[in-house]
Amino acid sequence: MRPAMEATGLGVRYRRTWVLRDCSLSVPAGRVAALVGPNGAGKTTLMHAAVGLLKPALGSVRVAGEVAFVAQDKPLYESFTVAQMLAFGRRMNTRWDAAVAADRLAGLGIALERKVSGLSGGQRAQVAVTLALASRPDLLVLDEPLANLDPLARHDVMRSIMAEVAGRELTVLLSSHVVSDLEETCDWLVVLNGGRLQVSGDIEELLDGHLVLTGPDGVPAAGTRVVSASRTGRQVSMLVRGAPPLDPRWRARRPGLEELVMGYLRSPESAVLPHLAGVDA
Amino acid sequence: MIEFNLDRGSGVSTYLQLVHQVKQALRLGTLRPGDQLPTAREVVESLAINPNTVLKAYRELEREGLVEGRPGMGTFVRQGIAGATLAEHTRLRRGLEAWVREARAAGLDQEDLRALFAVVLSDAAKEGVA
Repeated sequence: MRPAMEATGLGVRYRRTWVLRDCSLSVPAGRVAALVGPNGAGKTTLMHAAVGLLKPALGSVRVAGEVAFVAQDKPLYESFTVAQMLAFGRRMNTRWDAAVAADRLAGLGIALERKVSGLSGGQRAQVAVTLALASRPDLLVLDEPLANLDPLARHDVMRSIMAEVAGRELTVLLSSHVVSDLEETCDWLVVLNGGRLQVSGDIEELLDGHLVLTGPDGVPAAGTRVVSASRTGRQVSMLVRGAPPLDPRWRARRPGLEELVMGYLRSPESAVLPHLAGVDA
Repeated sequence: MIEFNLDRGSGVSTYLQLVHQVKQALRLGTLRPGDQLPTAREVVESLAINPNTVLKAYRELEREGLVEGRPGMGTFVRQGIAGATLAEHTRLRRGLEAWVREARAAGLDQEDLRALFAVVLSDAAKEGVA
């Protein structure tokens, strides 16, 4: 299947500093991809390059079809009503599905005559996402869509995005620095750290391919490749790739998404990247 | 119709939780042959999970012959899970309730009960193999 988004050798520089370098990745169509990494990792830069808001110094990024982008600050005009925001969106977009927007807002119980300034944080996020979806994108790019939302609003926003993915062929790329928000919703993972790509792949496959090993420090874990290790006293806990070691002193279990991400972020020199040619859905 | 719920702290993967809940409903008779499972959209709208997770659970149930996908219509229960009938279910449940009351009276707490039940269950399974 054709990837929804593909970056090849992407490098972005602000003045003399590289904020993104040597970034090659691909997101298959129909996926919900999580873009995670610490602040300053290059997440927003990668998104801006993907939606064409900035020109890379090196390499390229290609999107199949139409792309819609919701920036982190969810830009809406405070003095507008929701209906006026929709009218604005219609004028700004060549593709526009008014019925999609109206149905979605009705389903969310957001009245069209309400002023943007009177909406809650969750409702603003929903209106911003609705405006993006009304342009019928093939790829929806969301920069920190859950930032500053309470848990209930986070759940509601994710619910409505998941329903869109279930309803039609839509690929989503969303960034967050809270991994637990993404555990149930995303099926593709991209980890950026210090401007470099560390992880890119299917989440189930990544979790199946890694183990958390705990055991006495100093015992070799044959047949595995250590991603990162942390020691407490004589015990060591490691995130590794490969099959469980036969030595019975090791206890092995499958990592959670957060453990996997943290394991990589803790050791920036580790990486698990696909052979780009072999990426498919 | 079945309504799914998730135990997010259980460590059991989400798709398996969905599979287990359908099987449980089949055992209890709350889902019967011909019943429709909720669409992926309905499930993700209530649980905020990835639609592919729902599809994976339904594929697994289909592979086990319990449900079937009818193109353009949805996913339907093909067969129940052979087991005790509902009447037997009620009778067995009463017996178990009586046993729990008796054990409580004898001073066993919740954890003792679980341990005892698990041991008897695993012994029975071993005997069944032997």
